[in-house]
Amino acid sequence: MTQVSVFPAPVMPGLRNLLSRYAESTMWLARYMERIENLARLIDVTSTSVSATNPDAGWDSVIRINADEGLFFQRHETAGERSVVAFYITDSDNPDSIVSMARYARENARVLRPLISTEMWMHLNVFTRWVMELGPDDVGASYLSTLCTRLKQDCQTHFGITEGTLYRDQAWLFYILGKNLERADQITRLIDIKYHTLLPSGVGIGSDIDMSQWTSVLRSAAAYHAFRRVLPEGMTPANIVGFLLKNDGFPRSLSTSLRSVYSVLGSLAGEYRLRHCAPIMERIEELRVTLVEQTVEDIIMRGLHEYMDWIQRELRQIQNEIAHAFWPPAISVQSIGPGHMEQMQD
Amino acid sequence: MKMAAQAAGLFATYDIPDFFCELLNRGDDIPPSGLQLVRDRLAHFDLAELRRRAAAVEAQFYRLGITFTVYSDREAIDRVLPFDVIPRVLTAREWDHVERGVQQRVRAINLFLHDIYHDRHILNDGVVPRDLVLGNANYCQAMVGLDVPGGVYVHINGTDLVRDREGRFLVLEDNARTPSGVSYVLEDRQMMLRLMPDLARGLNIRPVDEYGPRLHRALAEVAPTGVDDPQVVLLSPGIYNAAYFEHVFLAREMGIPLVEGRDLMVEEGRVYMRTVAGPRPVHSIYRRLNDDFLDPQVFNPDSMLGVPGLVDAYRRGNVTLANAIGTGVADDKAVYAYMPRIIRYYLDEEPILTNVETHICAECEGLEYTLANIERLVVKPVGESGGYGLLIGPHATQAELDEFRALLRANPANYISQPVISLSVSPTLCPAGVEARHVDLRPFAVTGRDTWVLPGGLSRVALRKGSLVVNSSQGGGSKDTWVLAS
Repeated sequence: MTQVSVFPAPVMPGLRNLLSRYAESTMWLARYMERIENLARLIDVTSTSVSATNPDAGWDSVIRINADEGLFFQRHETAGERSVVAFYITDSDNPDSIVSMARYARENARVLRPLISTEMWMHLNVFTRWVMELGPDDVGASYLSTLCTRLKQDCQTHFGITEGTLYRDQAWLFYILGKNLERADQITRLIDIKYHTLLPSGVGIGSDIDMSQWTSVLRSAAAYHAFRRVLPEGMTPANIVGFLLKNDGFPRSLSTSLRSVYSVLGSLAGEYRLRHCAPIMERIEELRVTLVEQTVEDIIMRGLHEYMDWIQRELRQIQNEIAHAFWPPAISVQSIGPGHMEQMQD
Repeated sequence: MKMAAQAAGLFATYDIPDFFCELLNRGDDIPPSGLQLVRDRLAHFDLAELRRRAAAVEAQFYRLGITFTVYSDREAIDRVLPFDVIPRVLTAREWDHVERGVQQRVRAINLFLHDIYHDRHILNDGVVPRDLVLGNANYCQAMVGLDVPGGVYVHINGTDLVRDREGRFLVLEDNARTPSGVSYVLEDRQMMLRLMPDLARGLNIRPVDEYGPRLHRALAEVAPTGVDDPQVVLLSPGIYNAAYFEHVFLAREMGIPLVEGRDLMVEEGRVYMRTVAGPRPVHSIYRRLNDDFLDPQVFNPDSMLGVPGLVDAYRRGNVTLANAIGTGVADDKAVYAYMPRIIRYYLDEEPILTNVETHICAECEGLEYTLANIERLVVKPVGESGGYGLLIGPHATQAELDEFRALLRANPANYISQPVISLSVSPTLCPAGVEARHVDLRPFAVTGRDTWVLPGGLSRVALRKGSLVVNSSQGGGSKDTWVLAS
């Protein structure tokens, strides 16, 4: 038997490498908090932009964005405001509900308590407990907007506390990684499902109805004012899609998220000498090339849905490769509870 | 008895029972100045104000998640250990006595453990019965003949002390396995200084925040020889353990990773932790996992919490476990009875801290005394814990006494007996005002190259009137323990 050491000496003496389990939990904490914020914004925008004549229209797209048609229609007959809001906010049997995600975020935060700042923990402790106690009475139509605003604000408070207090080492990088992968995922889902609502229907282009649909799509991505600033007169479906996919200044665009993921992996490989980053970075670079080299008109002409679908698959692959590189299956197979079971899906 | 001198303010209605009171009935004519200052300041507190501060403390503990966790079917319920805002004060002289006594006891326990896992002189000399040790459920065969670094078996020890009617400190039991509660000591202090600054101002109170660095240093000192920069980790059963908060707290205070069994692996007799950069060596493990769960290859094969191969790595001297395996023999109830003799045997010194007077029924005189005085004694079976199978003589019926006499005669070696102790009390904020409640004290000793005792320790208070039970599961709370520097 040849004597090959599987365990090289530490590259940098004194460097403490992050426990794999912490890296995984850090990434998922960021993803769940980002996901809660996005979902709260989507519900808020949907509830304020529904038409007066047909209040239940538009709610089905929330279900399709989350690809929950199966579970939803097992539990509800029709997709109206009441059923969708209950399903996505307080239904603890729905793993994609805000209550469930708060529970997973909490479990990850508990795992990370030795690592994260006391301020981060204290806020998460209070926030997730509040969310988990939300009941049907808290989500009535008249409180919905206030509730969503508070949910969004608490997520943003979390991001602010994290930015201001989390020590900048590998954990921080995995946090940024999770947050931006989630943003990339969310923006492509949103575009994929919402694009058709941007297209002219029977009514003429530029009519009131179209404009309100367009602004609501932008608002769902917190992009309305940024878009106005960049393209004050250019509100067309293609421009909206182009902005959300390709704008390098907008913090939630696909290109911004991918740039951030790429740079974080670069830091992990460079400053921390972690292996296995290069192939993942190549995969991201390929994605970025397709974004840069195609105009949005090209993308739409060749098939927006197919392109979004491909990006989604690539993002899943990137998530898997990160998991394989930094928390290999030997430790991931053992779950610590429902939270991690969910994390294994996707 | 009402206190005349302090019959003002907060203590106006304080009704001191016939016990030693830590603050107001100490038997000394002129109390040390620091203690007098705390008395006077407290006396001037307004009850409503004290309650406001107590409520603020509780809310803050909850927000911070300084909790122990109780699990129901689906949800994890976080409970805050009740905290009393009136501190328990120890004078410099009292502390000096406790500190020396704890250090002596830890020294004796470590020598005893080394001896029973090596040459067994103490058994051969007939000081402690052979069966009691070798037949003990906590005696671990895997430890026989194993040399642990520095001869230290018990790196972290908690000694449960009570005070009797005269204020004498008595050892109630030793905790030499994985004693818990130290996180409350540190958190209580921080909370106290934040919410009662006016009570502490100007007082020279011994600080407690050294605990983390001291523990880390001790764990590094006992790492296997030849390791320059030892990697210390804390091994926890995980987020579902009731004491998870304490594990988090200690890992943070020491700046070390909190790991679970699945984060560790053993390869060729060496322990590694799984990191994003691959496996990294581990040298010293502060384990908060009981012996049985440590290694499924050696102990409980169903344990999912442990690390296969860990005991092998330990036996090869490649990793240090704190505390060592098999230390439970030393804090056994029956062995406790022999502790004064153990101290004399190894150290040739009189015990500084005495045991509660204990009659060993395995011995003739002990049995006779117990049978003759059973109505005034507490009789405890040695194998049980948690107060099971116990007889409290003064509260027992004639039939129960007779039944126990029969049990004693049938199997005397299974029993010890002790007098009922009149535990000391401390003024405590209760629903009806400030009242006397019984307290105990658990000082924590950390041993690496030498033994350091955290000044103070965990003061637990039985919040129910008249209750002697300080356990958190049975209505116990905690108090900040102030050791005055002079």
